[in-house]
Amino acid sequence: MTTAEMTINPARVRRARLAYGTVLIAVGLFIYLIFGLNTQPGLQTTFGINLAGAHAVPVPDLVVPAQGTVYLMAGIAVFFGAFQLARGIKSTGTLVGVIAATFVIAFLTWAAQGKSFNLTGMISSSLVRATPIALAALCGVISERSAVINIGIEGIMLLSAQTAVVTASLTDNLYVGLFAAILVGGLLAAFHAYLVIRFKVDQIVSGVAINIFGAGFTSFVGSRFLEKNTDLLNNSGVFPVISIPVLDRIPILGPMLFENNIVIYLMILLVVVLHITLFYTPWGLRTRAVGEHPKAADTLGVNVYLVRYVNVILGGMIAGLGGAYFTIGSVGRFDEIMTAGKGFIGLAAMIFGKWNPIGAFTSSLIFGFADSLQVKLQILRVPIPSEFLLMAPYIVTMIVLTGVVGRAAPPAADGQPYEK
Amino acid sequence: MTNVLELRGITKRFPGVLANDHIDITLREGKILALLGENGAGKSTLMNILYGLYKPDEGKIIVRGQEVEIHGPNDAIARGIGMVHQHFMLVPVMTVTENVMLGVEPVKNGLFLDKAKVAARIREISDQYGLEVDPDAYIKDLPVGIQQRVEIIKVLYRSADILILDEPTAVLTPQEVEGLFKIIRSLIEKGKSIIFITHKLKEVLQIADDITVLRLGKVVGSISPQEATAEILASMMVGREVSLVVSKQPAKPAEPVLEVKDLYVRDERQNLTVNGISFDVRKGEVLGIAGVQGNGQTELVYALTGLLPLESGEIRLLGQPVRHTTPRNILERGVAHIPEDRQRHGLILSFPVHDNLVLCTYYKPPFARGITLQEKVIFENAEALVKQFDVRTPSIFVNAGGLSGGNQQKVIVAREFSRPIQLLIASQPTRGLDVGSIEYIHSQIIKKRDEGTGVLLVSSELDEILALSDRIAVMYKGHIMEIIEAGKANKEYIGLLMAGVHPQGTPQPVEGVIAEKVF
Amino acid sequence: MTEKDKPKSKTTEGIGGGSLREALRVPALAVLTGLLIGAIAIVVSGSNVFEAYYALFVGSFGDPVRFFNGFQQFFTTGETAGLLRAIYPFTESLVTATPYIFAGLSVALGFRCGLFNIGAEGQFFIGALASAFVGYSLTGLPAFIHLPLALLAGMAGGALWGTIPGYLKARFGAHEVVNTIMMNWIAFRLSDWLLNGPMKASGFRPVTPNIEHTAELPRFFPDPLRLNWGFILALAMAYVVYWFLFKTTLGFEIRSVGANPDAAKYAGMNIIRNFVMVMALAGALAGMAGASQVLGVDHWVGQGFSAGYGFDAIALALLGKSHPAGVVLAALLFGFLRSGATRMQSMAGVPIDIISIIQGLVIVFIAAPDIIRWLYRLKSVKVEETVLTRGWGR
Repeated sequence: MTTAEMTINPARVRRARLAYGTVLIAVGLFIYLIFGLNTQPGLQTTFGINLAGAHAVPVPDLVVPAQGTVYLMAGIAVFFGAFQLARGIKSTGTLVGVIAATFVIAFLTWAAQGKSFNLTGMISSSLVRATPIALAALCGVISERSAVINIGIEGIMLLSAQTAVVTASLTDNLYVGLFAAILVGGLLAAFHAYLVIRFKVDQIVSGVAINIFGAGFTSFVGSRFLEKNTDLLNNSGVFPVISIPVLDRIPILGPMLFENNIVIYLMILLVVVLHITLFYTPWGLRTRAVGEHPKAADTLGVNVYLVRYVNVILGGMIAGLGGAYFTIGSVGRFDEIMTAGKGFIGLAAMIFGKWNPIGAFTSSLIFGFADSLQVKLQILRVPIPSEFLLMAPYIVTMIVLTGVVGRAAPPAADGQPYEK
Repeated sequence: MTNVLELRGITKRFPGVLANDHIDITLREGKILALLGENGAGKSTLMNILYGLYKPDEGKIIVRGQEVEIHGPNDAIARGIGMVHQHFMLVPVMTVTENVMLGVEPVKNGLFLDKAKVAARIREISDQYGLEVDPDAYIKDLPVGIQQRVEIIKVLYRSADILILDEPTAVLTPQEVEGLFKIIRSLIEKGKSIIFITHKLKEVLQIADDITVLRLGKVVGSISPQEATAEILASMMVGREVSLVVSKQPAKPAEPVLEVKDLYVRDERQNLTVNGISFDVRKGEVLGIAGVQGNGQTELVYALTGLLPLESGEIRLLGQPVRHTTPRNILERGVAHIPEDRQRHGLILSFPVHDNLVLCTYYKPPFARGITLQEKVIFENAEALVKQFDVRTPSIFVNAGGLSGGNQQKVIVAREFSRPIQLLIASQPTRGLDVGSIEYIHSQIIKKRDEGTGVLLVSSELDEILALSDRIAVMYKGHIMEIIEAGKANKEYIGLLMAGVHPQGTPQPVEGVIAEKVF
Repeated sequence: MTEKDKPKSKTTEGIGGGSLREALRVPALAVLTGLLIGAIAIVVSGSNVFEAYYALFVGSFGDPVRFFNGFQQFFTTGETAGLLRAIYPFTESLVTATPYIFAGLSVALGFRCGLFNIGAEGQFFIGALASAFVGYSLTGLPAFIHLPLALLAGMAGGALWGTIPGYLKARFGAHEVVNTIMMNWIAFRLSDWLLNGPMKASGFRPVTPNIEHTAELPRFFPDPLRLNWGFILALAMAYVVYWFLFKTTLGFEIRSVGANPDAAKYAGMNIIRNFVMVMALAGALAGMAGASQVLGVDHWVGQGFSAGYGFDAIALALLGKSHPAGVVLAALLFGFLRSGATRMQSMAGVPIDIISIIQGLVIVFIAAPDIIRWLYRLKSVKVEETVLTRGWGR
């Protein structure tokens, strides 16, 4: 790169600096006016650290003066805004982080004034709620790194959720159910791969067909068989929580990471394994090459179609695991359309996570947080209709997709069929 | 002397086309075989068969006296055949090392990529053949000349001793071509054999040991460089006598139609690719913009036609400033644009010819009344233009995608020239076309010039620039190195400018007209 | 080869001209194959296929015996009751097809511009709620004002719901597939709130009050036949969309943007404006689907009102090759299937969801015509395939 190419248009930088600074100050004022002035002076907010029934060593709860904390948050936001206007901060990530953190903390302090709010419970339920989203996102990452878009994740998860609960109920063995779900996920993805690779079907159309089929088939089976034989077919129980000795005694982290069921552990394991595979192994190198420039890979003797088949099918198996989470991983029964758009939210998490396993996982946590926040707020009886709180994850998804917050290019060949 | 490679009776049919018709070629050990032919002669098809990317319908491949079957690149690599593709097969977001190791990755601990080992081997190869390159650099940051070295290293890393170079000089400056020839000679010294595919006559005469000429999928003949001359090769390639010059009168330039001052433009990835350039185009002249591809020409044209916003600077069309304006506004002010990528920008391939012919004017009378399209007028317009511009199409209702490249380009030319225009911006107007179409389009451009239109011609084919231009601007890294009167230009001088070097002293005037025309 | 054997000329593409049979062959076989596989599912689930499909036929077209009796009665006594009863299933099929036509046109219009509108379901719902609101809240208006107003409200509601993802796509390149899905979920949550709160009728059920009579689309026959002007409106709309797409400069732009956005930009077309306009129009069409259902058929809105229409609409647009005439044919087919399926459920005990399975299969077969050609050993025809979608909206 020459220096000329690196120079940045000063006008553009100035505009961005002013915009972020103004937003920060606006957030600060909003916190002050809406949360601060509506907090009763003298009330305290208790953030619980200890989770009932958890193995962690008990520590004192975090008790803060409500109004003071809200004002502090408003102050921090305004301070950063002023600093930004005056000097400018390089990292947009920091700015967005400050906006989100001050707003969320102030909001929670305001909402839970005079009451107790369990922070650890909130964080660990974020991870739990992030699990199906993260698995969907990982499915997306691995497929799209080889340039195949799989928008049928939602349908795959629905079908494997149902498969898991039915097989587990019939065999009375949750692990058989888990295996069956993964198998069904793999089979559906194989079908998708076959359509888009062999027949060059439009990838999005094929994915939509899987979604329609998934919704129709599960409803069909649900109303035809499950309703009448709930005990036999739709009552599996759920995976038990496995505590990891010693580690589960760490406050906050213990209940969050080390007291979970097998699906959640598998998800975390998959994040690590996929990251290593993608960036440090021959298969990963080939996958990335196929996703960026399939012809180049082909001319070096890499079997483009094979790489795509394997990745898409592996992705489907991961989505199958995600489907199993909905039934045998959390509630033990199947309900119609119980995935509620999580497959699509997973795709947004994948985009936000820049097609990286770890990025996809962290952005899934944001969605999981939005989801569990909504539940907590209903418990706290916040004066906002619950229906509006339920919209939060969907609205967050749409904001994320606008790319206001960080933007990365997808794999160059993403979505395009490969012709020799 | 042994033959390392023989192709016997290779035949390949595509739907409706006989791409290769019983082709025989022979490559001698340690020699350079030049495969000469114009675009569409079947050279690339033949090499893709040899490399296992296509399956031949008939014929056999003999490597070192043994008949072999090549089902894919892996087979070719195993037989010691390596190919440097015309369009580089490199992944831009990966490093040199990653690109080289792809497909034959060594591992450590049984699982993980061993990049250090590959990087060391790359350095070895670099030293051995004089192919200097940084193994840890990302491809997207390297200039094309270096990218080509990476391609060659990829082949040598796989221990190939038969190298196929497909149009390797297309993207290089004349000086870089010399560098490439040096590398080729050092490869030959080390015992490699090379097939050199090109459509450029002078290069063939300069480097080949044997020459085989293809035309319309058939071998026309083989000849040694000692017996051959440019004229003989040209008539073998095209099948008739070819006039090697474009006949044109001296230009009669008038007042400027286009004035560009201190223009800066960013590309879609926000890199500053046009770095403060100024020039003007006058009525009745052709200003040629020479330069290796990727030096900001594309972005310059996009900025002039409204497809990219200006970062700063000024553009004036007929004296009126152009800023914050739309492509439509620019079109309506009398600018015609023959785009670089005709299938991406120039045509809607799934639309019939008649709709493509009104792509820029469909909303205006007589093609529209209010918001309703006047189909009858559109059809009549198409019939007339197809006749006038000699577009070979079964009917005006055929989709543009069904036409040959030359006829697609004629559709674009017909559409753009049928509007009243003051300025013609022609970007790579003859890329990938056959000689007949090239001649036709060149003559049309000159005709427009003589009618008083200002022409901005952007081409990476130096010969095309030299043949058509009245003045030549050379672009390098977003700057204009110099603007020269065509009469004072010669290839070497422009070549140095294209490589970013300001030659000492004034250029030597060329004797006679530029001898070679582009194919 | 003699002069005679040579192909005379290239036939024109698409619907119309000599290739009409060719254009219909694959969709027809796709539907047939879908029904065959559906039959297998019926057998597996333990029902009688013939009984089920006979019920499907009677439920969608009517009972031939009743027809005969009805006609006989009409010609002998002039009594129409029997005849009306006989044509009831047929009219119900047309009633079912009405929102399908609108919704299918919505998705087809999007496809023509390279946009994949999966949000017809949410737009449908919002359109229905908006027209219901105008329908019940305004009183004392004459019908010639009230009805158009209610229809317009439905269109506006749907258009709003479509415009948001359209704008996000045009401005930020945010993919419309994910965003329209998100808009669906937001619509469902919003409607939960509205139907339990501001728009709830008195009573226990979360439904809106009935609309005023002045806002109803007039019906052609006495009750219980529900066929109404909505059907005629849908057919008229199909013609308008056809004219708009193929005979106007705006349609030319839309199709250009859909077929090759780069070339469209080169030719001076405004991509952003087209994206927003098409999503608004697509939303308005889906909103009309909802409005026609409320104003012509149900006269009130309840929870889950739009369930399944969005995905059905995609199937319709694909089946109809994004051509308005094709969409109408496909919508009629789906109308007959859906309407008959209700009968099938009650008579043969086959769940209505079987139709969704059949639809999923039909989409796959339409999208991959090679499967159909391979199954039926058809000669492969080289057709210019239009690109429907491209990646993450670049």
